[in-house]
Amino acid sequence: MTDQPPDAEPAPTPGRAPRPTSAPAPDAMTDPQPGPEAHAGPAHRTDREPEPEPGRERLRHALVRPSKRQVVVAVLLAVLGFAFVVQVRDTKANDTYAGLRESELIEVLDGLTGTAERARREVGRLQARRDELTNESRARSAALDEAEQRVKTLNIIAGLVPVTGPGIRMTIDESSGRVNVGSLLDTVQELRTAGAEAMEFNDSIRVGADSSFDNAVGGIELDGQLLEPPYVLEVIGDPHVLRTALTFSTGPVETLETYDGATVKIEELESVDITSVRDGARPEYAEPGTGQ
Amino acid sequence: MIAALGLVLGIIAGLAFAPDVPLSLQNYLPIAVVAALDAVFGGLRAYLDGIFDDKVFVVSFVSNVVVAAAIVYLGDQLGVGSQLSTGVVVVLGIRIFSNVAAIRRHVFHA
Repeated sequence: MTDQPPDAEPAPTPGRAPRPTSAPAPDAMTDPQPGPEAHAGPAHRTDREPEPEPGRERLRHALVRPSKRQVVVAVLLAVLGFAFVVQVRDTKANDTYAGLRESELIEVLDGLTGTAERARREVGRLQARRDELTNESRARSAALDEAEQRVKTLNIIAGLVPVTGPGIRMTIDESSGRVNVGSLLDTVQELRTAGAEAMEFNDSIRVGADSSFDNAVGGIELDGQLLEPPYVLEVIGDPHVLRTALTFSTGPVETLETYDGATVKIEELESVDITSVRDGARPEYAEPGTGQ
Repeated sequence: MIAALGLVLGIIAGLAFAPDVPLSLQNYLPIAVVAALDAVFGGLRAYLDGIFDDKVFVVSFVSNVVVAAAIVYLGDQLGVGSQLSTGVVVVLGIRIFSNVAAIRRHVFHA
């Protein structure tokens, strides 16, 4: 049927061109072949140009005063609209694969396989990256822990924080003579040798690495502050070892008692609280050597 | 006017009832819709040409739909369904284009 109209159409066209607009129906009746299938090449369209009105007039006429025969067209158009809407809704709603052909399904499957493969590779890459980062952060946190531990230790050694622990309390009272700076220095030195971790004089002055003793009027100057007798020295360390370090023959205690005429009392304590702290002075000249 | 009303009515009915497309028709309905569109544009063009005939329109509408569906069915049986339906859509698309061009010349004189 598709063949016929093009053959049939050119014939009626030239004769119909000048015809008035009001008579479309008789044409169609007399010549039923060139129906809606009538498709002509654009070539013979040109001879319609001088008289353009009929088509538009017919359309207007059909819209304003529809004939009864439009009913059948309306029915078919209704069917078309119905099918169109149904198909559009179905296409939108039906995203499942039920309506696909086998080859299309294979394509979809191929695509999915490729996507899954890519996703797997991506997962592997990201997992490796995650492991790497985890290791890195673990190493970093270990380094941080170590650094914190070092800071704690160094703070204690430098006397920057209050400390508490087992130790001894040594009370040196001047009874018949003055306590010599050298004897005190000796005492501190012996305690350090025995592993004293923190020392404090008279509950107020912490002894540090840069502490210095000096003679002064009415007592002894420690780090520029006057110490007055009785000197109370609190030390944190192994109490027994510390005591032994002080009381051996010709040791500091004997020196203090014999030469300086002082009375020395040593108590071993479960817990000694050292509350005074030193200022963490920044070294002015010393700098860390290279390679440290 | 009645024709336009029919189209609107059909669209409303489709929206209102919203039936599911049966599985067996799922391959054919889109092609059938395109074929019907082709028939409608052909009919409109014939009307503007003054050679419209409702009987011819009905016959061409129905046969267009049936032939399009039959071609796709045949293609499905031969295992070239998707290619053949693509071909049918291409042919119908070309025809719709040429029909619309003719209609355009009538309506806009351009």
